[in-house]
Amino acid sequence: MIQLAWLIPILPLIGFLIIAFGGKKLSKSLVSIIGCGSVLAAFGLSLGIFFQLHGTSQTVKLLDWMHVGRLQIDFSFLIDPLSVLFMLIITGIGFLIHLYSTGYMKEDEKYDRFFAYLNLFVFFMLLLVMGSNYIVMFVGWEGVGLCSYLLIGFWFKNTEYNNAAKKAFIVNRIGDLGFLLGMIAIYFTYNSLNFSNVFSTVSENHLDTGALNLIGILLFIGACGKSAQIPLYTWLPDAMAGPTPVSALIHAATMVTAGVYMIARSSVIFVYAPVAMETVAIVGLITAVFAATIGLFQNDIKKVLAYSTVSQLGYMFLGLGVGAFTGGVFHVMTHAFFKALLFLCAGSVIHAMSGEQDIRKMGGLKKALPITHLTFLIGTIAISGLPPFSGFFSKDEILAHAYEHNKLYWLFGIIASMMTAFYMFRLYYLTFHGPFRGTEDQKHHLHESPKSMTIPLVILAVLAAVGGFFGIPDEHKHLLHDYLKPAFTYASAQINDAPEAFNLQEALLMIFAVIAAAASIFAAWYLYKKKNMVPIANESDLPELQRLVYHKYYVDEFYNAIIRKPMDWISDKGYKFIEIRFIDAIVNGMGTMVKWSGSVVRLAQSGNIGFYMFAMTLAIIVMLLVKLF
Amino acid sequence: MSAIQSVPLNWYVTLSAVLFGLGVLGVLFRRNAIIILMCVELMLNAVNLLLVAFSAHHSDPNAQVFVFFIMAVAAAEVAIGLAILMMIYRNSKTTDIDFLNKLKH
Repeated sequence: MIQLAWLIPILPLIGFLIIAFGGKKLSKSLVSIIGCGSVLAAFGLSLGIFFQLHGTSQTVKLLDWMHVGRLQIDFSFLIDPLSVLFMLIITGIGFLIHLYSTGYMKEDEKYDRFFAYLNLFVFFMLLLVMGSNYIVMFVGWEGVGLCSYLLIGFWFKNTEYNNAAKKAFIVNRIGDLGFLLGMIAIYFTYNSLNFSNVFSTVSENHLDTGALNLIGILLFIGACGKSAQIPLYTWLPDAMAGPTPVSALIHAATMVTAGVYMIARSSVIFVYAPVAMETVAIVGLITAVFAATIGLFQNDIKKVLAYSTVSQLGYMFLGLGVGAFTGGVFHVMTHAFFKALLFLCAGSVIHAMSGEQDIRKMGGLKKALPITHLTFLIGTIAISGLPPFSGFFSKDEILAHAYEHNKLYWLFGIIASMMTAFYMFRLYYLTFHGPFRGTEDQKHHLHESPKSMTIPLVILAVLAAVGGFFGIPDEHKHLLHDYLKPAFTYASAQINDAPEAFNLQEALLMIFAVIAAAASIFAAWYLYKKKNMVPIANESDLPELQRLVYHKYYVDEFYNAIIRKPMDWISDKGYKFIEIRFIDAIVNGMGTMVKWSGSVVRLAQSGNIGFYMFAMTLAIIVMLLVKLF
Repeated sequence: MSAIQSVPLNWYVTLSAVLFGLGVLGVLFRRNAIIILMCVELMLNAVNLLLVAFSAHHSDPNAQVFVFFIMAVAAAEVAIGLAILMMIYRNSKTTDIDFLNKLKH
């Protein structure tokens, strides 16, 4: 079974090829069957491997790839608990979102292309988590970036969406450069890019902290790009231009967690690189708080979720940075459940509202969309961290480790968590409670989504509700920790990421976190349910500070001013001076020279045969004379 | 010593040079394409004469082999050359090379 692991990424690839080349010839139902079926088959295989793995770590070699000098790169897959967990998340949630898309994208004329891209994405994402060396991982890494670009700009007739796609692609390139440099640094330090070789070498010989810190920070820059951390997070909120299932799959559940996976995979490097580790924690924490504050005042249903994704990703990095590798991965898992759920619910709402995304124009959708309402509520509670829903357990584990590491980190973590609870319930109340604020047309149009969309919602809601029980905070009951232990063997020799025995201190921390979340939920309830407050429509009426937050701290404008404007200036000057004065001059000069010499030589070609023969004879005589003397 | 060897070699050389010079001058200064073609033949045969003269003088048959080749090539050349001239004449009613400059225009 495990030897068949190579089939898992190949199946969605085959699906992609059939749909992409079959194109319009295939009927919509056939496209749905191939698209969903290939991912479901991959999920089945992953599940089979999951039950046969028994905590071992195996390499499945598909083919030799590059053997150049000392560099040995195989196209092979590493099957260990960590990669199998991600494979399950990717194929499982991927399948649900494929299923959802069959309903959501029904009316779209590019239905087949959408499924082709989704399948291609699943293929690359699986490559990313399954690769047994950094190169295969990098191929997947770039591939998901490409698919993300294609899917954000899926409705490419809209220029704004296209710009969002380009922004995502370019910002990701910055991070990718960091990852690439990190790989080069690893190769020059350890002469290998295979996970097993690098990690065993690092765990034996880790005296060169400088090199390890450098590698760690470079890898983290890569993770920052893909996982939307400060300062490279600006692309993710804009990426909401894509269809909602894409936001759920790529920009919430899977692709953006690639950075977390990469750092968890490289945990050995990070545990011996204290500076890099601290950087991860601090950047994660700042991102968590910063993005949460922006989320407080956004009025677009998907933008709120996008900032909450950035904030939750920050949480995951905080977890990794303070050494809670299991906690970080645990949060990836629970976040995949509840955030995919929330996005799909948002999609259902947008579907019912005929494309409206502004929560100021919603309200009172509870009656019209009962299933969506209930599942959204479950997702909201889960992300807010109320027990016994999944978000509570994973967040608590991260916060507990943060508390041990540095109490200040814990405090800011709680603040971010409070803000999360507040804006999520604000979103919930504004969308589902109070009077309906849309147009009459929309009111008549309101309807619950079809079965193909509500079934994934219900399944995800169940997972979001009970997913936390995989990681009960006690050293003996934490299933996920036991399961992942083999993947972090090297790392746990240095840093203990195990949950401790349940004790009073941890219980107090938990109670405090829950009270904090409950308090902010109450605040949201009071403002948006009891007083029926609606965000001000005219943004110039906003108070100063709120307007700053509403405009996302003007970070986009700031980047424009410090990066784009100077670039434009340099390009403009380069065009006017170097391009026109030098490059154009050289190219045009060549042309002019050829024309001129042609016009001179042309005179000899008079068409007079007598002259030709005279010239020929003269030339022969000259040659003769040269030969003789 | 055969009869042919009794003629001094210089005479052959002079005769060949004169014939070759006539050929060159004809090619350069006549305007009728047929005459130019004939002058080319004259030059070739001047060379042939020289070759057979030396061949006889040195009793070496190699040069005569060359002569046969030159005659064969010259025959082919004349056949094609005259055929081309025929076509040119049919099209333009002239064989004057000064008027054969259509490709220029």
